[in-house]
Amino acid sequence: MYETSYHRPTSLEEAANLATEKGDEAKYLSGGMTLIPTMKQRLAAPEALIDLRHVGELKGITVNGRSIRIGGGVTHAEVAMSDEIKSVCPGFASLAGLIGDPAVRHMGTVGGSVANFDPAADYPAALLALGGTIHTNKREIAADDFFLGLFETALEEGEIVTAVSFEAPDQCAYEKFRNPASRYAMCGVFVARRADGVKVGVTGAGSSGAFRWSDGEQALSSDFAPEAVDGLTVSEADMMGDIHGSSAYRANLVKVVTKRAVKKALSH
Amino acid sequence: MTDVTITVNGREMKGSVEDRTLLVQFLRGNLGLTGTHVGCDTSQCGACVVHVDGKAVKSCTMLAVQASGSSVTTIEGLASGADLHPVQAAFREHHGLQCGYCTPGMIMTAVDMIQRHGSSLDEETVREELDGNICRCTGYHNIVKAILSAAGASQPQSIAAE
Ligand SMILES: Cc1cc2nc3c(=O)[nH]c(=O)nc-3n(C[C@H](O)[C@H](O)[C@H](O)COP(=O)(O)OP(=O)(O)OC[C@H]3O[C@@H](n4cnc5c(N)ncnc54)[C@H](O)[C@@H]3O)c2cc1C
Ligand code: FES
Ligand code: FES
Repeated sequence: MYETSYHRPTSLEEAANLATEKGDEAKYLSGGMTLIPTMKQRLAAPEALIDLRHVGELKGITVNGRSIRIGGGVTHAEVAMSDEIKSVCPGFASLAGLIGDPAVRHMGTVGGSVANFDPAADYPAALLALGGTIHTNKREIAADDFFLGLFETALEEGEIVTAVSFEAPDQCAYEKFRNPASRYAMCGVFVARRADGVKVGVTGAGSSGAFRWSDGEQALSSDFAPEAVDGLTVSEADMMGDIHGSSAYRANLVKVVTKRAVKKALSH
Repeated sequence: MTDVTITVNGREMKGSVEDRTLLVQFLRGNLGLTGTHVGCDTSQCGACVVHVDGKAVKSCTMLAVQASGSSVTTIEGLASGADLHPVQAAFREHHGLQCGYCTPGMIMTAVDMIQRHGSSLDEETVREELDGNICRCTGYHNIVKAILSAAGASQPQSIAAE
């Protein structure tokens, strides 16, 4: 790891000011579960690290009726274990429990995952399917407008993800088909059903990060059953292909995993 | 260099470290607590697991400066005197190790798992939660047995082939 300097602000304002002061050589550090491995491999070398773990404004989960708001600094473990989230949106809590391993979940945060937008990250699939909102220290951005491409989001320099929020749907579930070695999603699908239709968020498979599968959404909105997607084809051209699976394989996974997710949602 | 204060196994330790120093380097290099191992460069193997403020974390993926002000428990802090911690004793009893390289991390992960689940632990949960701990030798079977035994949970009825 290259040299760096560590800073520990205790408020959002202080954190944002530090970022302005240090400029583009600075990076926020939340759980460090992506950033530190990247720094160890010398793929990132920020001169300054601004630790967000001691910023109180980023903590806390609020559930108001069916509205859920999760602070950017909330860990995957806290989401997975939250009785409040489990009671209104069990699919979201169970997704968090499938991220990495217990030690990763104890440190990794919602804000870090959303800001990083790894093409196989789990939360983006859910936030797209739930029509969620990403809150920052400057504005609110709909998930559809936030996730732009591989590791690319609408965040501007120095902008901090302070929370994510969404309304719990009538039914939802997340199904994750894992790479057996890394345990990241080869394809993860979140389905969310409401009176006005079904949304399907897919991660791990697309060549430009998580996306909404609109053909699947249409089919499932008229018939919320696994067989509804049988006749559809997913374009290979938009899929990732690598040593773990070809784009044709991933295109097929989108269908298979969606069917499993629907089945799971129906069984809740 | 930054001054850090970390309570390690109940004792307040002070040190001056480069900001890029990993917690595991501080524990092993500065404090000589070499029970915590490093088995990979990718945050995947879990040989380095310690508890920070009561929770299992990978000490190779945390900076010492991040842990300043926190309490850290390492494998050296589990036993009380000559008496092994129940999880350590269970690993010995059930032969949950061969070369022993993964063992400190396995045990720290197991203690954390038992704290969260207690005797409701079952084989599937143990295997799922060992996701971040890799053992090159044992095939995991005796590790799972040891953890279930230490949790006071029931052992698997049938023994699945590995
Ligand atoms: C072994 C292992 C397995 C994993 N498996 C999975 C998995 O199965 N699924 C999955 O989704 N993820 C997985 N991850 C990644 C994990 O979920 C990370 O926690 C997450 O991607 C990043 O969150 P973090 O809090 O650790 O962020 P950090 O690593 O601290 O930061 C990541 C990036 O986001 C920026 N950032 C952090 N917080 C904010 C914020 N609040 N506002 C703006 N920018 C911010 C940082 O500057 C940095 O660029 C795994 C990680 C490991 C080490
Ligand atoms: S050394 Fe920490 S996970 Fe391998
Ligand atoms: S006992 Fe050798 S690595 Fe686990």
